[in-house]
Amino acid sequence: MRLLLEKRAERSRRMTIYSPLIAVGLTLLTGAIVFALLGLNPLRALYIYFIEPLTSTWSIEQLIVKATPLALIGAGLAVSFRANVWNIGAEGQLTAGAILGGSIPVFFPQWQSPLALVLMLSLGVLGGMAWASIPAVLKNRFSANEILTSLMLVYVAQLILDWLVRGPWRDPQGYNFPKTVSFSGWQLLPQFSLGPLYINLGAILALAAALALAFLMARTLKGFEIRVMGNSPRAGRFSGFSRPRTVWFCFLLAGGLAGLAGICEVMSTVGQLQPSISPGYGFTAIIVAFLGRLNPIGALVAALALAISYLGGEAAQVALGISDKIAKVFQGILLFYILACDTLILYRVKFLKSGSPAMRPA
Amino acid sequence: MVKAKRDYLLEALHMVKIFGKLAANDDITFRIKPGEIHALLGENGAGKSTLVKLIYGALQPNSGEFRWKGNTVSIANPAAARKLGIGMVFQHFSLFEALTVAENIALAMPGRFNLPRLSEKITRVSKEYGLPLQPRAIVADLSVGERQRIEIVRCLLQEPRLLIMDEPTAVLTPQEADQLFVVLTRLAKEGCAILYISHRLEEAKRLCHAATILRHGKVVAHVDPAKETAASLAKLMVGGDIHVVGSSPRKQRAGTVRLRLNNLNLPADGPFVVELRNISLDVKAGEVIAIAGVAGNGQSELFDAISGERLLARDDMICFDGEPCGLSGVNERRNLGAAFVPEERLGHGAVPAFKLSENIVLTRHSSDPSLVKSGLLQKNGATGVSERVTASYDVRKGKSDPEARSLSGGNLQKFVVGRELDRTPGILVINQPTWGVDAGASATIRQAIIDLARQGTAVLAISQDLDEIFEIATRIAVISRGQLSQTYLAGEISLQQIGLLMAGAHEVEEARHAASA
Amino acid sequence: MNELLSIVLTIITASTPLLLAATGELVVERSGVLNLGVEGMMAVGAVCGFGAALTTGSPLMGILAAIGAGMILALLFGFLTLTLVANQVATGLALTLLGLGIAGLIGESFVGQPGLKLARLEIPELSGIPFLGPILFGQDVLVYASLAITAVVALVLFRTKLGLVIRAVGDSHQSAHALGYGVIPVRYGCVLFGGACAGLAGGYLSLAYTPQWIENMTAGRGWIALALVVFASWLPWRVAIGAYLFGTVMILGFSLQGQGIGIPPQLLSSLPYIVTIIALVVISGNRALMRANTPTCLGQPFVPDR
Repeated sequence: MRLLLEKRAERSRRMTIYSPLIAVGLTLLTGAIVFALLGLNPLRALYIYFIEPLTSTWSIEQLIVKATPLALIGAGLAVSFRANVWNIGAEGQLTAGAILGGSIPVFFPQWQSPLALVLMLSLGVLGGMAWASIPAVLKNRFSANEILTSLMLVYVAQLILDWLVRGPWRDPQGYNFPKTVSFSGWQLLPQFSLGPLYINLGAILALAAALALAFLMARTLKGFEIRVMGNSPRAGRFSGFSRPRTVWFCFLLAGGLAGLAGICEVMSTVGQLQPSISPGYGFTAIIVAFLGRLNPIGALVAALALAISYLGGEAAQVALGISDKIAKVFQGILLFYILACDTLILYRVKFLKSGSPAMRPA
Repeated sequence: MVKAKRDYLLEALHMVKIFGKLAANDDITFRIKPGEIHALLGENGAGKSTLVKLIYGALQPNSGEFRWKGNTVSIANPAAARKLGIGMVFQHFSLFEALTVAENIALAMPGRFNLPRLSEKITRVSKEYGLPLQPRAIVADLSVGERQRIEIVRCLLQEPRLLIMDEPTAVLTPQEADQLFVVLTRLAKEGCAILYISHRLEEAKRLCHAATILRHGKVVAHVDPAKETAASLAKLMVGGDIHVVGSSPRKQRAGTVRLRLNNLNLPADGPFVVELRNISLDVKAGEVIAIAGVAGNGQSELFDAISGERLLARDDMICFDGEPCGLSGVNERRNLGAAFVPEERLGHGAVPAFKLSENIVLTRHSSDPSLVKSGLLQKNGATGVSERVTASYDVRKGKSDPEARSLSGGNLQKFVVGRELDRTPGILVINQPTWGVDAGASATIRQAIIDLARQGTAVLAISQDLDEIFEIATRIAVISRGQLSQTYLAGEISLQQIGLLMAGAHEVEEARHAASA
Repeated sequence: MNELLSIVLTIITASTPLLLAATGELVVERSGVLNLGVEGMMAVGAVCGFGAALTTGSPLMGILAAIGAGMILALLFGFLTLTLVANQVATGLALTLLGLGIAGLIGESFVGQPGLKLARLEIPELSGIPFLGPILFGQDVLVYASLAITAVVALVLFRTKLGLVIRAVGDSHQSAHALGYGVIPVRYGCVLFGGACAGLAGGYLSLAYTPQWIENMTAGRGWIALALVVFASWLPWRVAIGAYLFGTVMILGFSLQGQGIGIPPQLLSSLPYIVTIIALVVISGNRALMRANTPTCLGQPFVPDR
């Protein structure tokens, strides 16, 4: 058997929609096999892992909480990747946003005002943008590979956070735990009730960001510019667009959203600065962007799907006694399947019996 | 009968090759004798390249049979072809830019890998045939002519019985082509068969002993080219009389200067980029100036400089309708009434994955208010323009708004040209107007360019195709190593003169001129 | 003197995994493929090497397991990018995420277990020489192997037909295909070699550098190896120099921490990452150098016509 690809004249619209569904299906199948190999009942395991998180109000709230940072970052990365700007340091930008925004309660622990909320969110965005502007400058000025520089900065940002919460920013009343003061009042995100659900401001911001970016990509000249630059930079230059400007735009956008995700995390789930504030949202968001077909709305849907894998991991640990680290494996497998299935959009895959395809009568 | 068969070196019998639904080769039979120079003629898309790739083993036929010296053989891959004694010089050279001449040749040689000994052999053989080569030179630093020599020497070292040449003169000056013919004639005298692919009919008449003509994947005739006229050959190729481009603007009275290049200089911004030096040129309303030259002599750099994709050092190095714009970007220049058509259709003139309507926006978003309003795309506007362009320039497409990459080369070129002409620009700069385009589309495009000039547009056409240049140009200039010759009236310059200029005859004169200035 | 000796010895152990991983990736990139999954392959190599050595009691089995694990992931990468022509950047990222995930999952049961340490090969007479003896003649086998692999790679790439073919495929896959070379098989070979090297580099971390399993123990070394290939402008001997320079930077950070200097340890730990960025900036700013050696087809997909 030999596998051959035959190029389609155009992208297959059908496959554009089917390919992520096929990928999810294959991931579930692989999951079932893995569970069976671990000696578990695959159907029960899949149910606990992927369905149960959707069955209670509490877990749906958790799902939205987990999906929020993924959607914020994923939408920004979707736009960046569309432009062939490979920002994979969102985790670092998330950290930088959390640090800068979190500096307000650290320095003004008593300050309670709506302004504190606004300022913290804005500083979060700015922090992410500032951190993202480093690889942007290095890319434009020195053509340094942005994949490597943005990734290296993740480690640097995390080490800075680690130093801050163990050193100068440590809560003096915190019994020497590596953490800052706990945020309170206006230093935390307000919650809204939506029927039986409580959701926080972050989720609303994520929804708004995804809608705005979807509009930007589909309807505006800026979105057109980003799509052209990603598809063929030479044509982009002919169209009068500038590559450095696109690089700047994408890094600031994705960095700002990652910073917003970071500050939202510390202003809700975490409630303080501490050495670890994210279970790798910045990296998982890469998968979110691809699963969402590099489309901001798609990223929103994909963020919910990926959030299930986090929750399912926790549920599986409790109910099945398997490590919640399996979540990362499922996420990785899912991304592999998406990338493999995307081949179907541009190519027809044919299987040939081994041997020469030639000499068939016409 | 049996005897006659043995006379042939290679027979390709009833070859069929199907791509998707298209029969690129549809029952083609072809025979060549030792020592024969055999022309394979046909338009773009007639199936020449496919047939040749089958013979060279780069493609496998769906059905058909090869006989080599009367024996049935199968040619599974290029290595097998080379083993039989088939060598090939590709049109788009199969060279490795980062490697040396010797390394490039070593990659095609069977047997032990011994670079020093091979280098000696290269020097010897290349000298013997008058094709001098430096084995240690890096290919990226060599001219097109030198690169072709590598390809030829690479074949000669394997002592081929059959040499396939795919459009070898397309990239050569007329003089270089003459030298090549000497080599080919000598090889044929030594008994080597040569399969010569060309769309230049005069060459086939001059050089070849026999000709096979293909059209739409089928053989339409086997002829003796010496007994045919260029017109009769062309008729066989196209399958009817070709459209003769009417009333060239030659007699038109030229108007005011619309495009002025004023001592334009542009340094090279990379290792493989040509520096432009002291280029001055006036293009007047109503005329078509064509710039001839061998590929890689600064054509694309000149195009980028005029279109504004690369900015110049001084504003007055280039003026559109008297307005200096050397520091203006491509859209500002478009807004001055200029339009540009680059050489590369896919990836430069159009985004392959975008629909035609989106490709309309690509070059017109700043000049056409019906396409973008306060930063928002107007889809209806774009679709309307796209429909108008495809209708008036006969762009054939499968569905109403297909992706650019699904169009054939000729149709996409008509679209890309039509998109600009639809604006009735005051200045048109077009690089390789009909490169790789079939005869029908070529005629449409050339006619449109001439009609545009007659309405008072200044047209600057950069082309490597001398036939095209003589068909459309009022005046002709030649570019060589980044320097432009003076212009000549199209009726007053001969092919030979152009050839000399292509080889750089004007450069010294320009250099002296510059020194005295 | 003794302190200096121990610093030099640690520098060598810190540099070896970088050298192994970067040399492998260099071959991959020379053939025109960009595999960003080095970090993932290293992580899986580390955990498999550790686990195999622990369960069999044989460091050799650990080494083989590490190599095998790296190759399996590389094969997956090859299938996606070479057979299915998936985007190489995205697939490389996927490989890293998957590799780190798998390593974390498998490694969970190994956390806190003491591992097997690869023995040093002591040549009795020579390793007794003061200072130079332990450095030159008292290393573990993989230190020598890493240098040998780099030398062999340099030799093969620039002195043999195989190396010429690899470089040719990376320079122009179209031309290589036209001449009848199997672009895809050559690239599969290089990708698998790169996987073996990355797996081995990971194995070195858990068998020699710190003989235990810690989650995320690769700590970005795979990415630094990728940067090293750029830094070395795709030349093997420069990779060796670069790997040792980076090893030095890493260890100097640690030993400064030990000195109790007033710099926060986190900032010293971030030194290798900052130095990587600086190195990338310096080398990428030099366009002439970059263009001369960058494989032209790097990262571009290839689909042969039939």
